[in-house]
Amino acid sequence: MKTLLIAGSFFITMLIIASCQSEQQVDYNRYYSAGAAVYQSRCQNCHGDKGEGLAALIPPLTDTVFLKANRHQIACYLENGLKGKITIHNKEFNGIMPSTGLSPIEIAQVLTYVTNSFGNKAGLINSDEVEKDLKGCE
Amino acid sequence: MKRTRALILSIGVTSTLLAACNTGHNNALPIYGNREPVTKMVNGKSVTDTAYQTIPAFRFVNQYGDSITNKDLNGKIYVADFFFTSCPSICPVMHRNMLNVYKEFKNVSDFRILSHSIDPKYDSVAVLKKYADNLGVSGNTWWFLQGKKEETYKLAGNYLTAVAEDKTAPGGYVHQGYFILIDKQKRIRGTYDGTLPDQVGKLIADIKELQTEPDQTLAQ
Repeated sequence: MKTLLIAGSFFITMLIIASCQSEQQVDYNRYYSAGAAVYQSRCQNCHGDKGEGLAALIPPLTDTVFLKANRHQIACYLENGLKGKITIHNKEFNGIMPSTGLSPIEIAQVLTYVTNSFGNKAGLINSDEVEKDLKGCE
Repeated sequence: MKRTRALILSIGVTSTLLAACNTGHNNALPIYGNREPVTKMVNGKSVTDTAYQTIPAFRFVNQYGDSITNKDLNGKIYVADFFFTSCPSICPVMHRNMLNVYKEFKNVSDFRILSHSIDPKYDSVAVLKKYADNLGVSGNTWWFLQGKKEETYKLAGNYLTAVAEDKTAPGGYVHQGYFILIDKQKRIRGTYDGTLPDQVGKLIADIKELQTEPDQTLAQ
C-alpha cells in the first residue's frame, strides 16, 4: 500500500514536471514564431534575413558571446535605440540604430527569435524578463 | 529563269541589308520612357526616326570630392538609385543587394553605379566616403553623389523614380527603392526593385545581356 502511494506520488510529480516543461516549450514556440514575424517586418532590412548585418555598416546578430553578456541590456537597445561604438566579433561598429517603438511583448518575442537563431541558443526571453530589464535601462 | 533567280537574289540581298540596318532596334531589353517621332532631312530626303527619353545633363560631387557630370557617363552602362546614409528603412537592404551588382562588375571599365543622396545636407562628401568605406566600396565603379537637392529631386523624375521630403516618414524622407539601368545612349533599359534579391539578380543578368548589344559594344 505504502509502495503504491510512493509510486503514485512520484508519478504525479513527474506528470507535473512534464506538463510544466511542455508549457514552457509552448511559450517558447509562441514567442519564437511571433518574433520571426516581428523580425521580418522590423529588423531584417538592416540586419539581414540570416542576421548577417551589412559589411562594416550594420553589425551582425551572430555574436553569441555578445548577446549572452548583454542579455539584460538588449531590450534597452530596442527600446531606446543604440548609438556609439560597439564591438561585435572583434570588429568595431559605430553607427546609429533608431528606437524600434516595439512594445515589451514584441521586444520579448523578437529577442526570443534572435537569441535562438543565427547560431544563438539562449532559450526563452519572456515579457516579464523584458519588463524587468526595461526598468533598469540607463 | 535567269531573271527570276536574279530577282530572288536581289530580294535576298536587300532584306539582308535591311536586317543589318535594323539590328539596333532588335534588342532583347525594352527601352522605357516617352518617345516621339523625329523627322529630319538627310541627303535632301525627309527621314523619320524615334527619339527616346534620355537622362539629361547633371553635375554632382562624388565621395572623393570629384565633380561628376553626365559626360563622365559617356560610353558607360550604369545603374542609378536614390538613398540617404541615415536611412532607417529600405536603404540598407538596397545596398546589400547592390553590393552583388558591384562585386559582379567592379572590374568592368565601362560600367558604373550611381547612388544619389537625397539628403545632401547631412550626407557631406566626408559622410559619403565613410559610408562607402564601411560598405567595402573602393575605386571608381560605384559613386556616391551629392549636390543641389532640387537637382537631385528633379533628376529622380527623369529616372522615373519618386523621392520626397516627409517629416512624418522614418528618417525624414520617402523614396522608392528602384535600381534603374541606363545604356550608353543614356536611355532607360530597365527598372528593378532594389529591395528584392530576385529582381537584383535579374538586373545582373540584364546588364550582361545589354553588354552584348551592338550599340553597347561600340566605343562611344
